[in-house]
Parts: sequence; structure tokens; C-alpha cells
Amino acid sequence: MTSKAENQARFGVPDNSMVFARGVRKSFGAVEVLKGIDLNVPTGSVACVIGPSGSGKSTFLRCINHLEEVSGGVLLVDGEFVGYDLRHGKLYEVNNKLLCQRRADIGMVFQSFNLFSHMTALENLIEAPIMVKGMSKAEAKDKAHALLERVGLSAKADAYPRQLSGGQQQRVAIARALAMNPKVLLFDEPTSALDPELVGEVLVVMRDLAESGMTMVVVTHEIGFAREVGDQLIFMDRGVVEERGEPREMIANPQSPRTREFLSHVL
Amino acid sequence: MDRAETQTPPPEALTVVPLRHYGLWVGTAITLAILGLILKALATNPAFDWPTVGKYLFHPSIMRGLGQTLVLTVTIMVLAIVIGTIVAIMRLSPSRILNAFASAYIWFFRGAPALIQLIFWFNLALVVREFSLTLPFIGTLFTVKTNDFMTPFVAAVIALSLHEAGYMAEIVRAGINSVASGQTEAAGSLGMNHRLILRRITLPQAMRFIVPPTGNETINLLKTTSLVTIIAVNDLLYAAQSIYARTFETIPLLIVVAFWYLFVVTILSICQHYIEQYYGRSDLQQGASFGDTLKRAFRFGRVAQPA
Repeated sequence: MTSKAENQARFGVPDNSMVFARGVRKSFGAVEVLKGIDLNVPTGSVACVIGPSGSGKSTFLRCINHLEEVSGGVLLVDGEFVGYDLRHGKLYEVNNKLLCQRRADIGMVFQSFNLFSHMTALENLIEAPIMVKGMSKAEAKDKAHALLERVGLSAKADAYPRQLSGGQQQRVAIARALAMNPKVLLFDEPTSALDPELVGEVLVVMRDLAESGMTMVVVTHEIGFAREVGDQLIFMDRGVVEERGEPREMIANPQSPRTREFLSHVL
Repeated sequence: MDRAETQTPPPEALTVVPLRHYGLWVGTAITLAILGLILKALATNPAFDWPTVGKYLFHPSIMRGLGQTLVLTVTIMVLAIVIGTIVAIMRLSPSRILNAFASAYIWFFRGAPALIQLIFWFNLALVVREFSLTLPFIGTLFTVKTNDFMTPFVAAVIALSLHEAGYMAEIVRAGINSVASGQTEAAGSLGMNHRLILRRITLPQAMRFIVPPTGNETINLLKTTSLVTIIAVNDLLYAAQSIYARTFETIPLLIVVAFWYLFVVTILSICQHYIEQYYGRSDLQQGASFGDTLKRAFRFGRVAQPA
């Protein structure tokens, strides 16, 4: 098994990189949806990915925690491949146990929340820490209550997902991802399924997370959030990174005509 | 036109004349008449012979038969659920061979009539005379004659549980498929492995879709076990047949048998309701009182809550 340091030297990964992508490609059958994506997300920073639907941004996000397998290129989280081990110049698929261990360190928040619908908010939060990390029930519960308080939902610990509004469900989903102490959090259009008046409460939680130093990759349509919270902004179109830069500057003064056109529609 | 003229009086001043549902009244009258005729026949036709029904209702051999029927139902259902779940998981596996095997299993054991399977297993000795375990270098460890272990009871359990498992496999598969794929993805992203996801996330949610048809299957199976009479398993119907073969009190004994089947079915239905409620608890609105729950259980009165 190659060490983190070896990978870093071999692929030229910067020192404090949390998510590193070089030439990431992904095809579904004959359709190539990612055509060589490069990205570096330093530890503690927030990368926002915007782009029209079908541009491959969600697929790229799902490749990061190996929900989708990449078809080519290098994709490292904290200096390691997620679904593979590099040995003798070959990528060996890792066994299920190791894959699960690595995924446990990568939190993900989905557009459709995906809370376990047969469990209360609290049960959603303690499930993986107990079953995957072997945490004691008492400890997991203490931690879960603290996290629910952090997202402003201490009163809803015993509510089932169905009894919560969309915004509340998404805040529970964020708390559930945090319960695993992830190194990085991936957000897949976290506010796109919400009524407009509920978007704010989720963004507040995400902003608070970013300020606390969490490394985040956020696929979003919320340009305001990207401008105020993002450290870098990536505009993806038809499977390539069309433009990237410092969010304020890029939104104020986009270089590529495609970026300009897209921003004129969403701003 | 003057505005006051077109104004309608306030609503409380209007009398509502309900629509007369003449069809409904005629239907009700006919139904009541038929009901009356049936009750009269039950009460007055001497062939029903109610005193004899009472005499045999708790007869020891009827009780033994009922016991045997219940043992058969429980044993077969438990085996069918276990085999059916395994077949369903094979059916959903990425391996084409496992998938094809599971499909073939369901096609055959669900498709062939239960009665034929029952007679086949009972006559297995005609196909396989004996079973033996022979190991290389050690020799034959044991040999059993098929006829020695294939008793009517064993034949009934094997035949009906394999048959029933075909149905259960489809029920479990449909249940697992009904759980949204996002649930599996979310669990995977939290580092849960396949087995853990199946046990903790998918199956518990699938249960809500699996339990109601499984309850129906259990009720169906309870009655299907009466087929075992044909290979002389001493079940409820067989016990009644043995008595009326001697006494010719056919109708009263059939009433006794029907009574016990209906009795057990009623109890099973009540159990099913509570199990469904347990698996559907995440659907309950907050604050649904115990009284509402009871009302729903026995469906008396109208409950305004959405189901």
C-alpha cells in the first residue's frame, strides 16, 4: 500500500490538500460526462461548484466519495485514493471494509436529504457512529444532542423525518454527516429541493460550518452563498471546468462568455 | 336592476333538501331480505344440527387436529420467509447465475400447483430410494431410506414451504425494491457496508411493504394446509373427516372446522394490524392518541385522520 507521502510526491499534490483531482474522467457507456477535471481543495477551505444541469458537477461530487467510479485520472482525498490502492503502478480496488472506512471520513449531504425515514432525527444521527465506528450508545447520543443543538433542532430529536419541514430535514442530514467527524463534507445541491423561504436556514448552518474550518465542496445554485462563503469558485460546463477563480472577482468580472451567460441567468 | 333584488338571503335561512337515494334503499331492502332467509334456514333446517356442532366444537380429536394445523402453518411460514428472503436477495444480486437460479426457483415452485407438489414429495421414494453420505477414503457414513423419514408431516412441510417461499421471495423482492435508492446511498456515504445497510436500513423500511401481503399469505396458508388431508396428515379437516366418516354428521362437523378456521383467521388479522402499525410508526402524526389507534384497529366510528 502506498503511503500518503508517496502519492503526494508522485502526483504533485500540494501539502495541505484535502481533495485533489487531476484529469478526472467519467463515462456512462458511450457518454463522457467528465472530460478531465482538475481541482485542489486545501484543508479548511470551501470550494463552490456551479454550472448548468447536465454539466457533470453532481457526478464529479459523487466520484469524490466513490459513489461513482471514475473512468480515468487521479482523485485523492487527504492524499489517498478512496476506492483503490496504488501498488506496483496498478490501482487495486479496495475491499468493502476499507472502502467503508474511507467513506466514513467523507460526509455527504444530498439534494433530497435522504434521512432514514424509519428513524427519528436522533436515531439518524447515532446509527452510523454506533454501527460503523463502534461508539457507545450513551456517547453517540450525547454527541447527537450537541449536534442537533448546533443546527438549531434540539427540540426535534424525537421527530421522524416526515414530521419535519424540508429545511429541518436538511439540517438534520448535515448533523448526521457531522456525527461521523468527517475530514471533508460534500454538498450536492443542498438547497435545490427546498421552498425559497427555507433555503436561508440551511445556508446559515453551512456558513457556520465553513467558519469553523470545515473543508467543504459545495455544488450549488446559490451564487450569493458562493460569493460570501466560498474560497474558490468553479464553473463547470459540459464536463469541463470552464472557469475558476476567486468567487467575488469571478462573479463580478467573468472571463469566459459561457460563464457570463450562465451568471446572467442565475443572478 | 336594483342590487337588493339579486341579493340572496343569508345562508342559515336556506333549508337543504337531501337527495333521495332510492337505489340505496332498494338495495338495502333486498340485502335484508336475503339475510333474513339465510338466518331462517340456519335456524330451522335440521341438517345444520346445531346441538351436534356444540358437542364436537371442543372434541379432543378436533383440538388435536387444530393443534396440528397451527404447527404446520407456523413451521411452513417460518421456513418460507427464510427461504423466500434468501431467494429474493439472490434475485437482486448482481450475479447473473444467482439471479437466473432465483427466477427459475420462483417460476417452478410458485407455478406448480401445491397439491401436485404435496403428492410428489410424499412419493419421493419413487424417485430416490435412499439418501447416503459417502466420503472419499472414509466410506459411507450413514444411509436412510426415503420412506423412513418422509412421513406425511415432513412431506407436507417440505412441499408447502418450498411452494410458499416462491410467493414470499416475490413479496420480499418488491419490498426491498420499494425503498428509495437514496437511502442506500446515504447509508453508503456514512461508511455502512452492504450487509449493515440491508439489515439496518433497507429491510426495516421494506417491512412496511412486506408485512401486509405476508399477513395475507399466512391466512391463505392456514387454509391451504387443509390440502394435507390428502396425504393423511392429521390436521383439523382430517380430524373432522375421520369423525363424520363414522357418524355421518358431515354438515355439523364442517361447521366446526369452518368455525375454527375463521377463529384463527380473526386472531391473525388482529395480530397483522398491530405488526403493520409497529412498522408504520414513522408515518404516525405526532399526538395520535391511543383511543384513535384503538378506533382504527377495530374500524368502529369514522376517524377523521388521514390513513
